[in-house]
Amino acid sequence: MNLLDFVVLIGSMLGIAAYGTWHTRRHRDLSHYLKGDETVGWLTIGISVAATQASAITFISTPGQGYESGLDFVQNYFGMPLALIIIAAFFLPIYRRLNVYTAYEFLGRRFDAKTRLLGAALFLVQRGLAAGITIYAPAIILSTVLGWRLDLTIILSGLLVIIYTVIGGSRAVSLTQKYQMAIIFGGMVAAFVILLMKLPTSLGDAFTVAGGFKKLDAVSFSFDVNRRYTFWTGLLGGLFLSLSYFGTDQSQVQRYISGSSLRESRLGLMFNAVLKIPMQFFILLLGVMIFVFYQFEQPPVYFNQPAWHQAIRHDAGGKLHALEQEYTAAYTQKEQLVHQWLEAKHAGDSQAEAGARAQALAALEHSNNLRAEAKTVMQADDPGVKSNDADYVFVTFVLNHLPHGLIGLLIAAFFAAALQSKSAELTALGSTTTIDFYRHLVKREATDAHYVAASKWFTLFWGLVALAFALFANLAENLIQAVNIVGSVFYGVVLALFLVAFFIRWVGGTAIFWAALAAQTLVFVLYFSLPISYLWYNFIGCAACVLLSLIIQAAPGSTNKSAPALPAS
Amino acid sequence: MKSSEGSITPTEAPPDGKDEATGLPWLRTWRGVYLFIFGCFVLSVVLLIALTVIYSS
Repeated sequence: MNLLDFVVLIGSMLGIAAYGTWHTRRHRDLSHYLKGDETVGWLTIGISVAATQASAITFISTPGQGYESGLDFVQNYFGMPLALIIIAAFFLPIYRRLNVYTAYEFLGRRFDAKTRLLGAALFLVQRGLAAGITIYAPAIILSTVLGWRLDLTIILSGLLVIIYTVIGGSRAVSLTQKYQMAIIFGGMVAAFVILLMKLPTSLGDAFTVAGGFKKLDAVSFSFDVNRRYTFWTGLLGGLFLSLSYFGTDQSQVQRYISGSSLRESRLGLMFNAVLKIPMQFFILLLGVMIFVFYQFEQPPVYFNQPAWHQAIRHDAGGKLHALEQEYTAAYTQKEQLVHQWLEAKHAGDSQAEAGARAQALAALEHSNNLRAEAKTVMQADDPGVKSNDADYVFVTFVLNHLPHGLIGLLIAAFFAAALQSKSAELTALGSTTTIDFYRHLVKREATDAHYVAASKWFTLFWGLVALAFALFANLAENLIQAVNIVGSVFYGVVLALFLVAFFIRWVGGTAIFWAALAAQTLVFVLYFSLPISYLWYNFIGCAACVLLSLIIQAAPGSTNKSAPALPAS
Repeated sequence: MKSSEGSITPTEAPPDGKDEATGLPWLRTWRGVYLFIFGCFVLSVVLLIALTVIYSS
């Protein structure tokens, strides 16, 4: 990065934060601070919902996923449009009619106080743990490749988001997210255009090469349970996860209940229902095109270049040097085969085309084996080396192949993505602590100014907790997985609370409360005793909680059978 | 006015009648909007299947 890149990076980050802080520094009341003003339109809501979901990892790691595995990850989002339709039709009207600040307030109104506190507590535990990762995960990647100090990167980006979120509240989050998304989309589109211009082939040939190397297999109807992404897992698993996340997670609920009307909130959700699949496709395709680019330009053996250079310096036996030379020879052979393949295609010689393609596929497999071998050697010397370097593919491409100025814009885009999701998490944590715990349990009658001040203090508290968590975290890969596991362990039960609240009206608060506790205990027991994927706990927790609530409610002697009616939607 | 726990009634919430209109000239009901979104989803999947089939050979 040169001076121009730093000017673009620092100027855009500080400029957006300063504008958001200045523009939203005064608040009329608690509703204004936690929900924003009454003029928020559907586009702002839609962008805010998308920005909250799309963290820095989305824009840093997803192209790497496209590079390694192609487009099949896009299936993961197939359930999301359907989930958003269900939320817009059933969840949203009730949240708005009850005029709640948090999703868990609704649980209190539908069931009772203890169920409300249980839902809010599950959210705080889960989201509070995840909050540190939102800053830490991109910071470790960016500080590694840019040579910056990790602690300073975390502190500076963390303090920036804390300042404007605490001062401006929910409105500052929505306002800054709009401009941060503009930076992100501008940077990603510019990178894509430059990448296409740098390709030595036509776009048609690029797609031929990508397809030939199995990178354009976007949809699979396979019933193979070992296959991670298929149409079925995307549709069913994606529907389930999206219902949990968008329908019950306060960091999202707070985004769309802030609309000036039900119409604006609904259209904001529908904007995401249309946007998400094409957006993920575009980001994955960017990774696929980087893969094609590296068929004509030699890629590094290991994309985390600082780690590779350090390993080379300590390569006493010369194993990595030898592997690097072999990798270069394999690349040269593969490049020639790809050229032969395209020449045969242009000549209309299908037999020669198929032969060259098969040889190129074999050469690619050989290159991948060499890469895997190099990683094994590196891990033998340093167990801390990650086996997966896909997270570094896009950053390496940006730093090595984009013009100055645009490098600064892309790095700004990665930081913007980190800040935008972080700010939504912080304001959600602050508002849940204020509304569901402080106002409910500690100080029931106070002025709006008092609750606004309390909310600011709680947001600051969660921001500092997240910062501390990020600073003292040192096992990135394990922590990310740990946070995903924590989310999956709790999400199922939280979703069940809301599904029963919305759709099974004869189940009362006591039944659902004990069912939730029992289901959560069951999930904990199964987690420590069964060797299944943690994603299954979303389903198990939800199904167990719903079934148990029905059984407890139907049991002789149970009370509270006449649950309050929900407002008509 | 906010009600206490477990006491939702249809009358407590402010009327939201004007919000029910979509305000869209070509999709006047929310059912129509949802069907349109579902159609977009189906179209996305069909296009992705087409991409898979065309370039998998």
